[in-house]
Amino acid sequence: MRMNPFAPPRLSLRFVPIWRRHFLVWKKVAATSILGHLADPVIYMLGLGYGLGSLLPQMEGTSYLLFLAGGTVCYSTMNSASFEALYSGFSRMHEQRTWDAILNTPVTLDDVVLAEILWSASKSLMAGAAVLLVIWLLGLSHTWLSLWTIPLALLVGLCFASLGLIITALAPSYDFFMYYFTLVITPMMLLCGVFFPVTQLPPVLQTVSAILPLSHAVDIARPLLNGALPSHAVLHVAVLLGYTLAGFYVSLVLFRRRLSR
Amino acid sequence: MSAVISAQNLHKSYAGQEVVNGVSITIHKGECYGLLGPNGAGKTTTLRLLLGLIDPDGGELRLLDHAVPRHAREARLRVGVVPQMDNLDPDFSVAENLLVYGRYFGMKDSEIEARIPALLEFANLIHKRDAKIPTLSGGMKRRLTLARALVNDPEIIFLDEPTTGLDPQARHLIWQRLRELTAQGKTLLLTTHFMDEAERLCHRLAILDQGRMIAQDTPQALIAQHIEPQVVEVFGERVPQWAQQHAAQYAQRFEVSGETAFCYVSDAQPLLAHLRGHGALRYLHRPANLEDVFLKLTGREMRE
Repeated sequence: MRMNPFAPPRLSLRFVPIWRRHFLVWKKVAATSILGHLADPVIYMLGLGYGLGSLLPQMEGTSYLLFLAGGTVCYSTMNSASFEALYSGFSRMHEQRTWDAILNTPVTLDDVVLAEILWSASKSLMAGAAVLLVIWLLGLSHTWLSLWTIPLALLVGLCFASLGLIITALAPSYDFFMYYFTLVITPMMLLCGVFFPVTQLPPVLQTVSAILPLSHAVDIARPLLNGALPSHAVLHVAVLLGYTLAGFYVSLVLFRRRLSR
Repeated sequence: MSAVISAQNLHKSYAGQEVVNGVSITIHKGECYGLLGPNGAGKTTTLRLLLGLIDPDGGELRLLDHAVPRHAREARLRVGVVPQMDNLDPDFSVAENLLVYGRYFGMKDSEIEARIPALLEFANLIHKRDAKIPTLSGGMKRRLTLARALVNDPEIIFLDEPTTGLDPQARHLIWQRLRELTAQGKTLLLTTHFMDEAERLCHRLAILDQGRMIAQDTPQALIAQHIEPQVVEVFGERVPQWAQQHAAQYAQRFEVSGETAFCYVSDAQPLLAHLRGHGALRYLHRPANLEDVFLKLTGREMRE
């Protein structure tokens, strides 16, 4: 009789109206949201890129600015999905009780969680597209291959949305998210080759870096912006997908337990 | 009459504590059924079990001919819910709240749009169609929540404390709307701890206490069955002494709570005559009501 919280996800198209709900909310603040997506990478790339870049002649055969651009696409999409899955997700689940309202309809928790992940990934997609636009406007990349960073942004979004929702499922309050950003997101940004090549790190940290999902995203994005096909692309995509599926499953189990109380 | 909700011997416990302990309910089409009980009696948990939102530890459950929780999703297609706490979408207008909610039932936008004017009229919110939720009063939010629960034209409406926190005007308007829904043949299941609400609205009701159903019947039958028909409330500083000396002589049953003595009697005349001779005591003579039954069955001590 009892539903097993460890049961595999039961997926359906009922997530669509939930995704549309999130989109409708976003549309009301679209202007500020897009501005944020654009301003963040511009500030980073101009500040660090020109400031630090003027001290560094070249990085891995390109200008420092282009080197940084590859990292920025990834960390910007990571941040987008993480903020959405943690803060906005928690608000919808706990603060506004939007989930409670939805769960009284013929929609299940599995649909709600799937919609959260897809919506957060949609935010990443927008963030990734914004960074790419900035890269083009700054004249940094001239290759059609750079368009592949858009599906990559979606994949990075799915990955970090799924991982972020694990924390949302465990969080007693918003304060809890500081741990995740300080202990997971910031190290990820510093260890995964966003600002400097991973090869500069001591071997132990390089091993850690190889396990972290953001490294795999950066390893795909950077060559693409430079007009080259990434090596080991299948492996990198597989790692990101693996984190996505694991994060989705673990967060779903945790949400099922949390909301069955 | 056919049963639209039936629960047999429901059990649910949290951390070893039985929150719902052997509750059985059968509700027929068109009935307004009330669940009464002090805080923590298991009312909301019972609703959540019936909706299939949580799994029972034991018992059999059917909602609109679907086995719950297994087929709760199919059953909820034809159910509307007014939750205890408002969870309207604060970013949306009144009309958008209805539109977005209708989509969760798989309704087409055109289908929902066609229903919105009637829903707004039902909720007295026509002029608020484009208002943002934070600008609405508590009563308006409740009415919108009720309208939202009707967006899919449900056969059963679950209402968890629908009038808690509302002023009398707002409460009366909700009551009127709920009566209209029963008149249309909808089945209503509501929880409340307002006895007048239960007495006015419900055809039948159950009193829950500590997870158990301790009584179930029509409001009139509960009053007739559990309590003397007349009540005389006696007030005043010297009530405790008075009650000790005289109450047992005139009342079949009495209870003293602070400076009030509740005297339950079949014939109030001898007591009233006696009280007229006691100038220091004020009193109120009234017919017994559901609150008297409730307090008798669940006791007067606080439940927190």
